[in-house]
Amino acid sequence: MSFAAENLTCLRADQLIFEGVSFSLSPGDALWVRGRNGAGKSSFLRICAKLLKPLSGMLKWEGEDIRSDSSNFHGNYHYLGHQDALKPVLTVSENLSFWAGFHGTPDVARALAEFELDLLRDTPAGMLSQGQKKRANLARLAASDARLWILDEPVSALDQHFIDLFKARLIRHLQNGGMALFATHQDLMLAKVRTLNLDDIAS
Amino acid sequence: MKRFFGLIRRDLVLAVRQGSAVTLSLCFFVIVVVLFPLGVGPELSVLARIGPGVLWVAALLSCLLTLDRMFQADFEDGSLDLLIIGPLPLEILVLGKVIAHWLTSILPLIVITPVLALSLNMPTEGIWTMSLALLIGTPTLSLIGAIGAALTVAMRRGGVLLSLLVLPLYIPVLIFGAAAVEAAIGQLPATPHLLLLAGISLGSLVVGMFAAAAALRLALD
Repeated sequence: MSFAAENLTCLRADQLIFEGVSFSLSPGDALWVRGRNGAGKSSFLRICAKLLKPLSGMLKWEGEDIRSDSSNFHGNYHYLGHQDALKPVLTVSENLSFWAGFHGTPDVARALAEFELDLLRDTPAGMLSQGQKKRANLARLAASDARLWILDEPVSALDQHFIDLFKARLIRHLQNGGMALFATHQDLMLAKVRTLNLDDIAS
Repeated sequence: MKRFFGLIRRDLVLAVRQGSAVTLSLCFFVIVVVLFPLGVGPELSVLARIGPGVLWVAALLSCLLTLDRMFQADFEDGSLDLLIIGPLPLEILVLGKVIAHWLTSILPLIVITPVLALSLNMPTEGIWTMSLALLIGTPTLSLIGAIGAALTVAMRRGGVLLSLLVLPLYIPVLIFGAAAVEAAIGQLPATPHLLLLAGISLGSLVVGMFAAAAALRLALD
């Protein structure tokens, strides 16, 4: 199991954001994507999540181009973006159950407990604070059995207690042979992490 | 398959809890139809003459009201990203959203149509054909509308553009839908018109799914 990028180039609104980005991940690896505002961190992660097309370059899952039909990339990764993807009129557990069912992993109770959302499970998502919404999103991630996590600002709006909790969960994911790509502004102080600084390669 | 129905069920639950979409298009439909007798006068023969056309035009317009939210609500809160990276092909996803839109925004219109048709002095045989024609023809409205909704998903205030894109494409449905009812009222066979409506619906089922999926890919990239 491996995930690799070769010479990714990103063009947004006729502006070259970055070019020639390559990396490779094998089980247990985490890649910390850094860069100033506008360096293209989110675009980079969206390209990796197959939500944007790169101008050139290729992404490979187990050696296969993720855009080819033979690749089984689908279902092996989970994306967490800036937006919370929670419907305000559904309760937290209804929101999570829908996504868990949609992505094929119905174990919601454990994920709720993991991010201490038990008391909030029947609260409509519209009443949650920013941090609680983020926790609900992290629980959605924890409920999935995806091998590759693609995380855009996973700890923004979280307090220190939940940052630690998320870190512990991330480390457990990596120890179980998972992989992670994440962009944060603060250092998560992971013991073993590789860094990709988009400022160095931005044009 | 479970995921497909899960998506439709979620949209139905959302529509029921929010309530606004269903009641909005329904009230709009009723008000537009009721405005016509006030405008053209209460003469029963005139009302019976324009009834089928009025009901069809009102149905087209009320459908437009909710069309722009078909993908936009999911786009704005990031759900659309997660739906796309999920295991369902985009075409099937579009079909699920279309079915949910039809059930929440158009089915209520069809249910209330007989009452409004009565108030427009439509003969009984016309009312049955009217309901049947709406049932057969309206899936086209959601399917073709999905293409426009997908194209304008990333646009703020895309609703007006959406109407301009989609309304001209509704003309065939309007023509054959109204013609079927008029044929039934005039004691002529309505079946050919209904069959043509069914043909349009099936055609737009094929075209709409693929075109809307392609439009979504285009709009999101």
